[in-house]
Amino acid sequence: MWQLLGKAGKRGVIGVPYMWLLVFFALPFLILLRISVTDMGGGVDPFVSLAQMQDGVWTLKLKLANYVSIVWDDQRPGEATIYMQAYATSIRYAALTTLFCLIIGYPFAYFIARSPERFRATLLMMVMLPFWTSFLLRVYAWKGILADNGVINRLFMFVGLTDAPIQMLYKDVSMLIGMTYVYLPFMVLPLYATLVKMDDRLLEAAYDLGARPLKAFWLVTVPLSKAGIVAGSMLVFIPSVGEFVIPSLLGGAENLMIGRVVWDEMFSSNNWPRASALAAIMILLILVPLAVYYHYSGEREAQAGQAS
Amino acid sequence: MTVNTTNTSGAGYLQAVDLLKRFDEVAAVDQVNLSIDKGEIFALLGSSGCGKSTLLRMLAGFETPTTGQVLLGGQDITAMPPYERPINMMFQSYALFPHLSVWENVAFGLKREGLPRTEVKSRVEEMLSLVQLGNYANRKPHQLSGGQQQRVALARSLAKRPKLLLLDEPLGALDKKLRERTQFELVNIIEAVGVTCVMVTHDQEEAMTMASRIAVMSQGKVLQVGTPSEVYEYPNGRFVADFIGNVNLFDGHMSVDETDFCEISTPDGVVRVNHAVSGTLGRELTAAVRPEKIVIAKIKPDGVHYNLFAGEVIEIAYFGSYNTFIVELPSKHQVKITQANTSRYETSDITWNDRVFFWWPEEAAILLTS
Repeated sequence: MWQLLGKAGKRGVIGVPYMWLLVFFALPFLILLRISVTDMGGGVDPFVSLAQMQDGVWTLKLKLANYVSIVWDDQRPGEATIYMQAYATSIRYAALTTLFCLIIGYPFAYFIARSPERFRATLLMMVMLPFWTSFLLRVYAWKGILADNGVINRLFMFVGLTDAPIQMLYKDVSMLIGMTYVYLPFMVLPLYATLVKMDDRLLEAAYDLGARPLKAFWLVTVPLSKAGIVAGSMLVFIPSVGEFVIPSLLGGAENLMIGRVVWDEMFSSNNWPRASALAAIMILLILVPLAVYYHYSGEREAQAGQAS
Repeated sequence: MTVNTTNTSGAGYLQAVDLLKRFDEVAAVDQVNLSIDKGEIFALLGSSGCGKSTLLRMLAGFETPTTGQVLLGGQDITAMPPYERPINMMFQSYALFPHLSVWENVAFGLKREGLPRTEVKSRVEEMLSLVQLGNYANRKPHQLSGGQQQRVALARSLAKRPKLLLLDEPLGALDKKLRERTQFELVNIIEAVGVTCVMVTHDQEEAMTMASRIAVMSQGKVLQVGTPSEVYEYPNGRFVADFIGNVNLFDGHMSVDETDFCEISTPDGVVRVNHAVSGTLGRELTAAVRPEKIVIAKIKPDGVHYNLFAGEVIEIAYFGSYNTFIVELPSKHQVKITQANTSRYETSDITWNDRVFFWWPEEAAILLTS
């Protein structure tokens, strides 16, 4: 097939994903950066043009104060700004969500990978089925379950476990429940893909050499599923950081996450430059560690490959 | 079969007693009794589906027998899980841990025992030098060739100095030349270490070369146990005779029964065997004679009075060191004859469609009843 395409054709085929990335990622990001260094516009324009023509002179104004104000508050020097707090909160809850997804998702994936082959497709379908329903409806469903007069509270009161309803909504607990629930399939599927490829004989070899089942799990299964753990964790962590809907519907006022902050700056304050700056920092916060990680893991793989 | 628990000579070191393993309705291992001596290399030989692998897995502890017992050194280990048994297995696919180096693979079992680090280190080095892989300690399995991986697997399985070593098709993954060389290396290492060994194979050459005794299995049952020459020269039935090497079978019934010879009357003629056989005249018997025991010539020989037949050559195969002829008798019975290429005349002028004579000495055939 490669021969049919010819050299130009080859470049064309490889070029498609690059074009995609360019148009749908690089370009929007550049636009975002551009907005983030402008000034707030009055009236109709949400922001002022970057370059302006004045008396025959093109002036380029880059307002970096947008970025500075995110990190440093003049009125309360030394204290973290609300923006930094929001970043910290977002990362913290994203990390917790990832952890819970891992704790719940690993046994899930393991169980499906170990079941007889004829059941696996059905089990996987059951994990993915919620995707086919509306995301918003599923989050709302949790409201119904966790509310003061929701299913759980009514059950508890009926059984007599408690007299007054336990407040479960609008707290970090409810938000974490919602986020873990929504992102669980993103953890289960990559984990399953890795676990199902693992050779059963390796576990048998471990038993044969004297490792009890739990030890064998830690020494053989977990290290071999590392790729799946990393993939699943990234698929959960990255979107969770910028998550907006779930914290809004299920979270409380004190769990201010960066998604909400960006929304407020954008639509309530109409401060497009600052909102863009917040978004740009968030992207860099995620991308830079990722790039470093890939760089190192790529290096390690190259070393391993060369040593043969 | 009585269970021997007070033995100190090493005979019956490993015993399988009435082992039965049923999967749904099918008995994969059907009432197998085996007694394996200490220090011997014992082969389970059979084609796929005969139950040899299931039997091996029961010895290792990966399958629980439906009924029956496994005894090692007099101790009943039937209910023991694999991680408690003093038995180690070398898997057909080697099952090396891909995320660990060669050194760590070999050390894996030793670390489970809680040995001090210095002892682990010296044992691993001892094992690696035994299989001549001392310089490869830091490599990962995927950086090794197939033969090297096999040696790591062997080192790993011997590291804990097990009482019993199990080999699952040890040479299956190697190419022919490597297989021949590895056969002897493997036996040398096992005998140097002195460990009792049970191996599973479908390759009869492998079994004959490596094992001191062979159990021929079919459909879950052990048909015959013996040394390679016993099983080859004195098969106890058609299946074993046909499975090991090649054999020509002449079915007939006893026509003459004397004290030092008997004759079988077959559709192709009379076969004479130089020993007596129990039973009455007319008894159904099969004479089995190996192709290499038959002599073939174009000219009718003088002085051959028995077991002389004539037919037409319908197939010739040249194997370099020997020739194989397929000769068809008037009854359409085809007989396979092999002749070593020691001389470059006499047999080399036999060609397709030639009328030939063939015969064998009275002691060459054996009689089978089943």
